[in-house]
Amino acid sequence: MSLLQVEGLGKSYNLETKVLKNVNFEVGAGEFVSIIGPSGAGKSTLLRCINRMVEINEGNVIFDGMDVRSLKKKELRKLRTNIGMIFQHYNLVPRLTVIENVLHGRFGYKTTLQGILGRFTEEEKEHAFFLLEKLGIEEHAYKRCDQLSGGQQQRVGICRSLIQEPKLVLCDEPIASLDPNSSKVIMDHLKSITNELGITCLVNLHQVEVAQDYSDRIIGLKKGEIVFDGPSKSLYEDQINNIYGSEIRELITV
Amino acid sequence: MNEKTIRKSRGIATIFLIVIIMMTYLSAVITNFNLAEGLATIPKALGWIGANLIITPETWERLPSILDKLFETIFMSIAATTLAAVVSIFLGLMGSKTTKVNGVLSVISRGVASFSRNIPVVAWSLILLISFGQNSVTGFLALFVGTLGFLTRAFIESIDEASQSAVEALRATGATYFHIVNKAVIPQTLPQMLSWILFMIETNIRSATLVGILTGTGIGFTFDLYYKTLNYNAVALVTLTIIIAVIIIEMISNRIRKVIL
Repeated sequence: MSLLQVEGLGKSYNLETKVLKNVNFEVGAGEFVSIIGPSGAGKSTLLRCINRMVEINEGNVIFDGMDVRSLKKKELRKLRTNIGMIFQHYNLVPRLTVIENVLHGRFGYKTTLQGILGRFTEEEKEHAFFLLEKLGIEEHAYKRCDQLSGGQQQRVGICRSLIQEPKLVLCDEPIASLDPNSSKVIMDHLKSITNELGITCLVNLHQVEVAQDYSDRIIGLKKGEIVFDGPSKSLYEDQINNIYGSEIRELITV
Repeated sequence: MNEKTIRKSRGIATIFLIVIIMMTYLSAVITNFNLAEGLATIPKALGWIGANLIITPETWERLPSILDKLFETIFMSIAATTLAAVVSIFLGLMGSKTTKVNGVLSVISRGVASFSRNIPVVAWSLILLISFGQNSVTGFLALFVGTLGFLTRAFIESIDEASQSAVEALRATGATYFHIVNKAVIPQTLPQMLSWILFMIETNIRSATLVGILTGTGIGFTFDLYYKTLNYNAVALVTLTIIIAVIIIEMISNRIRKVIL
């Protein structure tokens, strides 16, 4: 059975415009899937429907046997604990240290009191350092996050999502604010999450080449509808043109 | 911007200037205010200040009792501000778009904030004077209410501005509301909040003098007493101590700001 099923998903923020229209797809465990499409196509909204950061209006999302749309508060918390999330702007707490930010990923497993008092077990702390080392930023562990570069901050974001021990990681434009070098580092790390740890990755991207290089499967989104879903190698130029509504050579891609 | 729009905006500026001059002139005519006459009285007023507001040696004997009242006023301002800050943090969290629990509480907290802020502290002291009588509780409450409104407003803005993205991230990890407030919102906004609290302490020490005159407490009452008994030398000493106290408090809070920001 697949890890994630999206059935007839529809979402609108107001009465006039529907951001997502009848979206259907399935993602199996261990897949690395890219979602591409122009800005405003509904990519971010789609990801946020999966961990219900936004409410679902129509259809169903089934994650690991749980019906996401009907979850109660407590179950929703458990769902989010199982899904990591990585953001375009890293979304760290800039005034806190790297290690504190990484440990924030454990809050899903903590009671309110444990979290407020900052009670983390030795294993959790060791795990945090292990992850920082794996991503090559252990020497910055006690620095404040606002002293790090964008690429380093995004690696902190990855650590924070991995320490959740998630089954799925949602990445919302993880490299959109980074330079080409850092972008490559981040994409390599994301790829290794799937290859080494077997964690499913769902990545929003707007760089077509990056999506083709890294993912096995691509979903193309246009005006809230899926217009392509298939292996990366079967995504041809005319389909890209259809997704973006323009000739490929007109696209300025990084 | 092309030539035409530049010319147009310059035209608007000229019209504004003419309107302002007209309004000034009209107001002066209606109130019988004569600028030349007003300016002419300045030397006379300065002369009176120079002749009367002099601190004489015998006035210094009153210093201990004046300082006593001054400290009472300062501590009252600090107490009113810090207590208001505690309530404001709660109202701020409820009122902010990022951390609100539900719409009703948000509307209530914003309502409380604008209601208490939009009535000036002078009006509050007079209103509270009727119900609480002439004592230091009245002065305290007047400062408290005014501060509450201002700080809630400032806190709502600090929270909205500083912590939106981190709140989203923590929500996505499955953190509870109190985790988010304690580990994302407070660390991120605390320096700004402290800065606002310090600002309010400074402001309140200044307003406390005025509130004291109205409610008959603290240094304001001392000022009023000497003023009404025509003891202008003592008035000068009271004014001087207030000025020095405000400057010292400002210097201290500037130093603290530098450290925390």
